[in-house]
Amino acid sequence: MSLFLIIALPFLGALLPGLMIQAGRQSCFIITFLVTASAAIGLATHAPAVLAGEVVTAQLNWLPSLGLNVNLFLDPLGLMFAGLILGIGLLIITYARFYLSRDDNMGEFYTYLLLFQGAMVGIVLSDNILMLLIFWELTSLSSFLLIGFWKHTADGRQGARMALTVTGMGGLALIGGMMLLGQIAGSYDLTTILENRDLIQASPLYVPALILILIGCFTKSAQFPFHFWLPHAMAAPTPVSAYLHSATMVKAGLFLMARLWPVLSGTDIWVILVCSAGLITMVLGAVIALFKDDLKALLAFSTVSHLGLITFLLGTGTAFGAMAAVFHILNHASFKAALFMSAGIVDHALHTRDMKRLGGLRRLMPLTFAVATIAALSMAGIPLLNGFLSKEMMLEEAYHTTLFGSPYLVAAVATLGALFSAAYSFRFIAHTFLGPVRDDYPHAPHDPQVGLLLPPALLIIPVIAIGVAPFLAEPFVKTVTQAVIGNAAELPDAHFKIWHGLVPALWMSVIAVVGGLILLAAFAPLAKLWAATPRPEAKAIFDRIIAAAVAFADVFADRLHNSSFTRYAAIFTTSVIAVATHAWFTGVNAAPTREMLAITPVAFAGWLMLILATGFLVTVHRNRLATLILMGIVGLMVSVGFNYFSAPDLALTQISVEVVTIVLLLLALNFLPNVTPIESTVAHRTRDIVLSLAGGIAATGLIYTMLMSDFPIASISEYHLANSYKGGGGTNVVNVILVDFRGFDTFGEIIVLGIAALVIYALTEALLAGPVRARLLNRGYEEARAGDAHPLMMVVLTRVLMPVVLMVGVFIFLRGHNEPGGGFIAGLVVAIAVLMQYMASGFSWADRRQRYPYHGIIGAGVLCAGLTGIGAWFAGAPFLSSAFGYFRIPPMEKFELATAMGFDLGVFLAVVGAVMLSLESFSRLGRRAGIEESDYAMDIDPSRTETLTGGES
Amino acid sequence: MELLLATAIGALTAAGIYMILRLRSFPVIIGTSLLSYAVNVFLFASGRLALNAPPVLRDGVEVYTDPLPQALVLTAIVISFGMTAVIVMIAVGSYLSSDDDLVNDPDADHKKGDAA
Repeated sequence: MSLFLIIALPFLGALLPGLMIQAGRQSCFIITFLVTASAAIGLATHAPAVLAGEVVTAQLNWLPSLGLNVNLFLDPLGLMFAGLILGIGLLIITYARFYLSRDDNMGEFYTYLLLFQGAMVGIVLSDNILMLLIFWELTSLSSFLLIGFWKHTADGRQGARMALTVTGMGGLALIGGMMLLGQIAGSYDLTTILENRDLIQASPLYVPALILILIGCFTKSAQFPFHFWLPHAMAAPTPVSAYLHSATMVKAGLFLMARLWPVLSGTDIWVILVCSAGLITMVLGAVIALFKDDLKALLAFSTVSHLGLITFLLGTGTAFGAMAAVFHILNHASFKAALFMSAGIVDHALHTRDMKRLGGLRRLMPLTFAVATIAALSMAGIPLLNGFLSKEMMLEEAYHTTLFGSPYLVAAVATLGALFSAAYSFRFIAHTFLGPVRDDYPHAPHDPQVGLLLPPALLIIPVIAIGVAPFLAEPFVKTVTQAVIGNAAELPDAHFKIWHGLVPALWMSVIAVVGGLILLAAFAPLAKLWAATPRPEAKAIFDRIIAAAVAFADVFADRLHNSSFTRYAAIFTTSVIAVATHAWFTGVNAAPTREMLAITPVAFAGWLMLILATGFLVTVHRNRLATLILMGIVGLMVSVGFNYFSAPDLALTQISVEVVTIVLLLLALNFLPNVTPIESTVAHRTRDIVLSLAGGIAATGLIYTMLMSDFPIASISEYHLANSYKGGGGTNVVNVILVDFRGFDTFGEIIVLGIAALVIYALTEALLAGPVRARLLNRGYEEARAGDAHPLMMVVLTRVLMPVVLMVGVFIFLRGHNEPGGGFIAGLVVAIAVLMQYMASGFSWADRRQRYPYHGIIGAGVLCAGLTGIGAWFAGAPFLSSAFGYFRIPPMEKFELATAMGFDLGVFLAVVGAVMLSLESFSRLGRRAGIEESDYAMDIDPSRTETLTGGES
Repeated sequence: MELLLATAIGALTAAGIYMILRLRSFPVIIGTSLLSYAVNVFLFASGRLALNAPPVLRDGVEVYTDPLPQALVLTAIVISFGMTAVIVMIAVGSYLSSDDDLVNDPDADHKKGDAA
């Protein structure tokens, strides 16, 4: 199976649970299980080759110019992690099926879980660090959804938010670090980066890159001082905790440290940073874990501690340390997932996880007791279980590690960590399962159904198998270790054995186990002491930091964003003018290279009209109707100007758009007040005048300078002129550009236009469905109404004109390829023809004769344009390539048929539909209560008729 | 001629800016329309001015004006109509539901940001 498919399966599969939940919880579970299982099988097919030393790759160039390629590779390290993610994923999916109650939305849960799974698999298979970053962020987002799955609990929401904040910030740091790394290595491909160890470590950017990457890893893997989010994430449903905190999310940081181990490790700063963070986390987590009464909290802090242990091992920078780390990742995933699931079983059965209320469950839940005890003993590091082996290796490594010049410091700290680790593992067993049976359990204890017990029980198999026969795991762990340290480095020749002789690590282990038992025995007084010691509360500190950040942001937000849109506009204008002024005075202004065209009297007259109309518009703008008339003059002058300066297509478009815009604004004025009151102060107006004059002068200067100089670089227009006829088959270059050269743009534009019209329609619907409807219907008339709403002359005239205008539309459409015209203009002209009927003969008369809904026309237009474009595929050409030919049907003249015409037809339909749908929506608002719209166009207002003729109608 | 065009765009820009700084929705809409004129003409003019040289190919004619800005502006004009229609609809809707056509939140100046 292609690596792409392995990653894509969970993402695509994420769509299924939400659908399948309709068919019941069991089908939902089965489909989710099958999705993950197929990905796991796909992975398994690669396993033999990968373990034989082959690296499976899959490549796809996505944005090569940015160095962003979808390159994937599967090596033993990736295989181990992907195997853990998918394998434990299967167990978790099964467990969750039985864990989630009927109140929980299982489809939603599985969807999030699969999204998360896909993102995790993506991280471990990426061969491009930019891809890796994308998946990294995806895990943060999807884990946010998972942790906050119980949205109704405040803990869930806060825990999810905290996890997202911390890992998200780490993600930002990681992006910076990865960018630096890519810059140093000259490539974003992981395989290339891994080959450039010397180059990277010699670079001055190595230290910043290292620190940023470590922040990313430490936040994700909950290392001190970012460890505090993990326990709060325990508000999630237990399957999530078991999944995220045993095998996946928190291991992502470790994975990345292991992945980049060959290029980053081995320097002093690496050893100091990573080792100390790991050691501190290990001890701190273990101590806190011992004193947590909540089973999941205990396990959460124990996870923090174990992650610290692995981090420390990676930090030592030796091959033996890396091997121990790999081994412990594997072991920890197995026993910790089993422990979380056991805690969930206890919670599920007794409705509490508080160890103060537990105890004596040994007889009542014997199977759970067996599973949990084996897993916990493995966590404590008891021989014949897998945890013992890797912990022994850790102690061995600690014994040989020197930090801060002291050869004993690390050994002592590691032993202390192991001691507390043993203590909390014992406490987990003793305070939950041992001791006397109580009579005050919140709920009767019982062993769970098979579905809940089977997943942790399965995980116990490797715990025991590896513990008893370590040589089983040795080849695999060594292959993975080789992948971590790189092929150049040599594997340590140590063998996995239970008995190494009386080595120092054994004595350290004995101290830890004995010390752990003593701590358990003395737990009650110790707990009192712990409760009495003041400790900084991480959550309170975090909340204070967040509150301070919000307060800081408010200082700016409140000033700038105070809901005064006029102010935003003023600020924006001022900044643009300021930047422009700066550029003007600091830049070099080249001397004009073009001759100015002589001013003709006609042009001057047009200019004068435009200037006067604009000036009057501003002065009389409080009279809104007058404003509209002046707008019409401005628009007319702009169209004439287009025509004068050799742009006939623009002139035609502008003038037809002008007509519909004015009609639209007139319709709007039907609802809005007719005058604008004087509100702003003189000071305000003065400020606005200064601002607008400055803007006007700036625009004038900019455009004058531009017009008087030649193109700084050669324009691509020559190409269009040269190829319009040869390649596009049309002599109207503007139209050929629209439907052919830049057809894709046009396609997007008609879609935007259609969306705009649909938005207007939707807004109208929303208004008519709300309280506005009654107000609209009961509106009175402010002024006397005309006696004949639909004047005879106008009705007759528009009906006579209708076929003429439609013919003009068709004519403009057909000539568009070679002469000024085309779909846009024809669409506008036809829309105006229909609009005239609405205006003259009334809404209901026109609406009744309108057979096709305007939405449909928009859709047909977009479809028509799209299908024409797709048609090019069948000819083996890219989307929207056009073909053309010339035909002659006697007695007509020779004419041209181009596929572009189909596209232009789409444009035409979309424009007609969009314009009509917008205007029709407005007219629908205008209908009033109590007025029956007459079906007769040339009607006379009946109320007037009655008063005039005395009752006859 | 270039000077005429530059000043015309300048005048449209100035009027547009003044109008969008008004406090009622209708003048603001007029202001954005005026600014659209200015921007469209500006984009069109970036192909430089030419008289009697429309980009429609003819035998024996060698000089044509730049067709590319024209094509871009053509769609821009149509899209500006769509956008104007949307904001007009929003303005009408807001007037009908709140009975005033003020652009700003009436108590904008003493509003504190709510951090929720």
